[in-house]
Amino acid sequence: MFRILDAKQLASDVKWFRIEAPLVAKHRKPGQFVIICLDETGERIPLTVADSDPEKGTIELIVKAIGKTTMVLCRKEKGDSIAHVMGPLGRPTDIEKVGHAVVVGGGVGTAVIYPLAQALREAGNYVSAITGGRTKDLVVLEEELEKVSDVVYATTDDGSYGFKGTVADKLVELLEDKERPIGAIYCAGPVPMMRAIAELTKPRGIKTIVSLNPIMVDGTGMCGGCRVTIGEETKFACVDGPEFDGHEVNFDELWDRLSAYHKQERVSLERMEHECELDAQ
Amino acid sequence: MALTPKERMKIQRQDMPEREPGVRNQDFKEVNVGFDLKLAQLEAERCIQCKEAKCIDDCPVEIDIPLFLEHIANGDLKSAAEVLLKDNALPGITGRVCPQEEQCEKVCVRGKGKGCPVAIGHLERFIADWARENLDEKFTPPEPTGYKVAIVGSGPAGLTTAGELTKKGHDVTVFEALHTPGGVLTYGIPEFRLPNEIIDAEVDRLRRMGVKIICNVVIGRTFTIDELMNEEGFHAVFVANGAGLPVFMNIPGENLKGVYSANEYLTRSNLMRAYRFPDYDTPIIHGEKAVVIGGGNTAMDSVRTAKRLGAKQATLVYRRSRAEMPARNEEIHHAEEEGIIFKLLCSPVRFLSSEDGWVCGCECIEMELGEPDASGRRRPVPIKGSEFIIECDLVVEAIGTGANPLLTSTTPDIELNRWGNIIVDEKGMTSKAGVFAGGDITRGGATVILAMGDGKKAAAAIDRYLCEKAAK
Ligand SMILES: Cc1cc2nc3c(=O)[nH]c(=O)nc-3n(C[C@H](O)[C@H](O)[C@H](O)COP(=O)(O)OP(=O)(O)OC[C@H]3O[C@@H](n4cnc5c(N)ncnc54)[C@H](O)[C@@H]3O)c2cc1C
Ligand SMILES: Cc1cc2nc3c(=O)[nH]c(=O)nc-3n(C[C@H](O)[C@H](O)[C@H](O)COP(=O)(O)OP(=O)(O)OC[C@H]3O[C@@H](n4cnc5c(N)ncnc54)[C@H](O)[C@@H]3O)c2cc1C
Ligand code: SF4
Ligand code: SF4
Ligand code: FES
Repeated sequence: MFRILDAKQLASDVKWFRIEAPLVAKHRKPGQFVIICLDETGERIPLTVADSDPEKGTIELIVKAIGKTTMVLCRKEKGDSIAHVMGPLGRPTDIEKVGHAVVVGGGVGTAVIYPLAQALREAGNYVSAITGGRTKDLVVLEEELEKVSDVVYATTDDGSYGFKGTVADKLVELLEDKERPIGAIYCAGPVPMMRAIAELTKPRGIKTIVSLNPIMVDGTGMCGGCRVTIGEETKFACVDGPEFDGHEVNFDELWDRLSAYHKQERVSLERMEHECELDAQ
Repeated sequence: MALTPKERMKIQRQDMPEREPGVRNQDFKEVNVGFDLKLAQLEAERCIQCKEAKCIDDCPVEIDIPLFLEHIANGDLKSAAEVLLKDNALPGITGRVCPQEEQCEKVCVRGKGKGCPVAIGHLERFIADWARENLDEKFTPPEPTGYKVAIVGSGPAGLTTAGELTKKGHDVTVFEALHTPGGVLTYGIPEFRLPNEIIDAEVDRLRRMGVKIICNVVIGRTFTIDELMNEEGFHAVFVANGAGLPVFMNIPGENLKGVYSANEYLTRSNLMRAYRFPDYDTPIIHGEKAVVIGGGNTAMDSVRTAKRLGAKQATLVYRRSRAEMPARNEEIHHAEEEGIIFKLLCSPVRFLSSEDGWVCGCECIEMELGEPDASGRRRPVPIKGSEFIIECDLVVEAIGTGANPLLTSTTPDIELNRWGNIIVDEKGMTSKAGVFAGGDITRGGATVILAMGDGKKAAAAIDRYLCEKAAK
């Protein structure tokens, strides 16, 4: 059992947790994730380690409630626990000195880029962070990013907060800024967003690292469920990634594979909501 | 009164009672029902108690087979259980999945000519099940040696080694990457062949002996082997991380929705219990028309799982003929009884896609058998122009597994062969001092009992290594 030591709501459907997981905390590096399983009937899902404290033996997770497992998790509070936390998994990000590094997070992808911003800045880079959401409530971690970046831009599609437009629209502005040329871009978020950014930067030849989010099971390279096509090659995102060269990723295939269980995901969700109604009665 | 050899020779081999094919292919309960005491005694009496029992030599963990059979024949189940458990820490498992026809039963003298060997495996299952319910084992902890041994992986090789070393007084910790111990026994082999409660009980028995098992630890990520030895104080390490890397065919359409590796398909169903979705959260795709590719145990398990998950048509596609299938005979026979369609001598060339990205067909080409290849089996050769399509909405590729590089890539001083398997000497020692290995990671995909045999051998070598260390 892994105890939740602290929990905090960041936005209506995004929650932050500090969890006791000493072995993960001791070895985890930016870019790595864990796989958690809530209880014996639960599913295994991957979540990025946003931060860790090896001395205290704790890790931090930021979770967006989008389906059954993440919703049940987001109802947990300080004092509750999680049956299994496995990791750290995946390859750590290659943190290099590139001069100006731009990190781009869409929705909960911001949880993935937060530790990268921190590490990139520690490595001596000037870090610009762009965090976007469809609307004001969906912009997350702006305050946290402020602490670990040189400048933060918040964007909303509907203009209800910050810059009006997508994160890609904001990135176009930065790309045009001749004063501060961009050395590399790190991005995480919905597949269409990552694709849009990779398409923007490819003709300009700017290194673009994307953090992919295929469906995973074991996280050790044993099942092949997380396979993605990079250039001509098949890679397993859980061991070869999750970060890849955005210019080589087959986004169409990834996007399509993510929909494989939509029908079952709805069944799980409806059943959970029904159970909640019963509980409330 | 003991029977004379002549009387024993007259007894026919007793069949394993099984559930009806048309009933059992609808659920995940065990196919075999098991012997009752009467059947077991009758079968055990068939053993003529050879002076030089060949069967023992062909059991990799060297169970004293005639002795445990004699106890059964005499109705002394307690003694039979003690003999069995002395050499085999996982008898409920081997009694169910050991390819006996290739091991102990292959050389049994009762099987000579037209005869049938003694059903050693079935009797092992019988005693293991009796012991689980009835034997009250007391473990007296041996004198601690003060040595710590780390074991990577909780499959049959790791568990066997852990048990043997604990008996010798070493302080043993098993690190398992997944959240449940058992290796392939838990995530790969379905419950209709090996119920999880059997694995749980045998793992639990090892825990009572003093074996520590820590799950959710991935060696190579959570710790490296060097960290285990230099920082965590382990004096020796046994690597038994299996051959868990799925091999794909590398043909067009493989990444369509509805195409699985057997490892993923079986892990979802067995480890995650997706067959009980939505009571369990993990989903799995149910096909109406399933195609499974391969001819080994993994293919058989996958196609029988697909049938149980409701496939009206569950087809096995294998590129050689039935005689070359590597699966256990019993499993092939059970699959046939359960209505699995066998498409032999053909091989997929590509998968076809529906408009929305789901697999909708499997194009195959027919094969004929040519000259024998390196494995001694006749090599399948494609017949030009013989392509045909099998309609399907689920494909499972079960064409083999390779060595997973996750651990070995972080320990460059362990020597590997060209397939990425760890090279060991005859004692199970790797090129790195104090590090031993066994099971599928050294052999490539093999069997439960060979993995256990490796574990037992390595445990003896590790014990000797530690004693020598103590003498220095
Ligand atoms: C490397 C990696 C890091 C991630 N980090 C974070 C993070 O820090 N915070 C966060 O909120 N989310 C993160 N995710 C996404 C998170 O894993 C999914 O949101 C979660 O699995 C959804 O599960 P669910 O049961 O709540 O929803 P479901 O209703 O089951 O699924 C909703 C959608 O999530 C995706 N999904 C479903 N199951 C899985 C699975 N087992 N693995 C991956 N994706 C799945 C599918 O696209 C699906 O359509 C990460 C994903 C990956 C691969
Ligand atoms: C579907 C299927 C059916 C089979 N049926 C039969 C059968 O009927 N009879 C038979 O004899 N054989 C059968 N086999 C083969 C048999 O299961 C294997 O030969 C045997 O399990 C190998 O044992 P092992 O201990 O070497 O490895 P495994 O059983 O593979 O166990 C390895 C364990 O190590 C863990 N691990 C891997 N990497 C790490 C790491 N880095 N850190 C920590 N832990 C790690 C894995 O999660 C796993 O639990 C079957 C195999 C499959 C896949
Ligand atoms: S473990 Fe396997 S080889 Fe040994 S006696 Fe049992 S069935 Fe035979
Ligand atoms: S070879 Fe057969 S008959 Fe002889 S001891 Fe072994 S089991 Fe009995
Ligand atoms: S999640 Fe199974 S191989 Fe990556």
